Amino acid sequence: MLDILQSFGQFGLGFFERLGRATLLLFNMVLGLHELLPRPRLVVKELYSVGVLSLLIIVVSGLFVGMVLALQGYNTLVDFGAEQSLGVVVALSLVRELGPVVTALLFAGRAGSALTAEIGLMKATEQLSAMEMMAVDPIRRVLGPRFTAGVISMPLLAAIFSAVGVIGGYFVGVGLLGVDQGSFWSQMQSKVDLYDDIFNGVIKSLVFGVVATWIAVFEGYDAVPTSEGVSRATTRTVVHTALAVLALDFVLTALMFGEH
Amino acid sequence: MWQSRVVEIWVGLFVAAGLAALFMLAMQVSNLSVMSTEGGYTVDSHFDNVSGLKVRAPVTIAGVRIGRVTDIGFDSKTFQAVVTMRISDRYNKIPTDSVAGVYTSGLLGEKYIGIKPGIDDTNLKNGDRVKGGQSALVLEDLIGKFLFNKAAEGPGK
Repeated sequence: MLDILQSFGQFGLGFFERLGRATLLLFNMVLGLHELLPRPRLVVKELYSVGVLSLLIIVVSGLFVGMVLALQGYNTLVDFGAEQSLGVVVALSLVRELGPVVTALLFAGRAGSALTAEIGLMKATEQLSAMEMMAVDPIRRVLGPRFTAGVISMPLLAAIFSAVGVIGGYFVGVGLLGVDQGSFWSQMQSKVDLYDDIFNGVIKSLVFGVVATWIAVFEGYDAVPTSEGVSRATTRTVVHTALAVLALDFVLTALMFGEH
Repeated sequence: MWQSRVVEIWVGLFVAAGLAALFMLAMQVSNLSVMSTEGGYTVDSHFDNVSGLKVRAPVTIAGVRIGRVTDIGFDSKTFQAVVTMRISDRYNKIPTDSVAGVYTSGLLGEKYIGIKPGIDDTNLKNGDRVKGGQSALVLEDLIGKFLFNKAAEGPGK
């Protein structure tokens, strides 16, 4: 009986300990961000590996998600004779929900895991310790640029995802299913609000970007410096990011779109 | 050096594509383009009931959208709803004795304002008041009226 209690306590303490360390790391990173201003090259290099290399998967999935949305939405809407609203359905679900969320999940799989593995291996091969020996703070030199790059690229990737998705929905809806082109766009424009929908979607993707990159960077920095530890940390990054993003999405949606 | 130049060009392309996507969402998908082109003049109108009418609902004449509802208020003296609407400058030849009404598009559609043009020679200008006619249809009132008429017809029918 006591053993069970103890394991609960251990679990709770371990959880809060990690949370505390992660928060301290975040503070340290944010405090060191100003040092990146004279060296934008560091961020640009990370933007390439985090953002540019994620473009392909984001564009392809955005296109297919938009196309599937159009197909499914059409099947439902046509029963009510409301297939003109297809543009609204596609655009709203992409801009509000699917854009930020699916991008964050793909981002965790494509860029987050790579970040964790990279930083974890740096730790395992004692590159981080070597930096500390040279009085270079690895949090500011290694983690900071990666964090910044992740936070910058997530909203951009989510915007690209949504835009490509709308175009994919347009191809299927107008090209394949024969929805009127004019009402596709005009209904979309009259129902989608710049502030309520698009701006809130950008805020969502920004929050997801912070969370996803934070988790990835922390798991790498906190990894047990063995090959097994790094592989576990990489798995944890993907799982934790997915859970955090989905839970946060509910909270953000309730905050943004709840009161109407 | 060459390597880092390629990387920087790609990053530049990525950021530009992201911003272009945001711009496209803002211009093509959202209502920004609809809102920004609207200059025009405002008129208001009093109604007994505007339930279901929303700000930015369309204002139409003969089914053609000529403006939008910008504000819905309440006149505490007459207990009527005051609907302010902005009509675009292109449509500045609307007679002053036109009558506005709250209508529903389709069976389940949105409420909108329809203006029935009058025959007066003078035209509406900024700050004028359009006569409010047809109020919003309230289903309970309608059913009430129907039942009342049915009862008035007498039993046995």
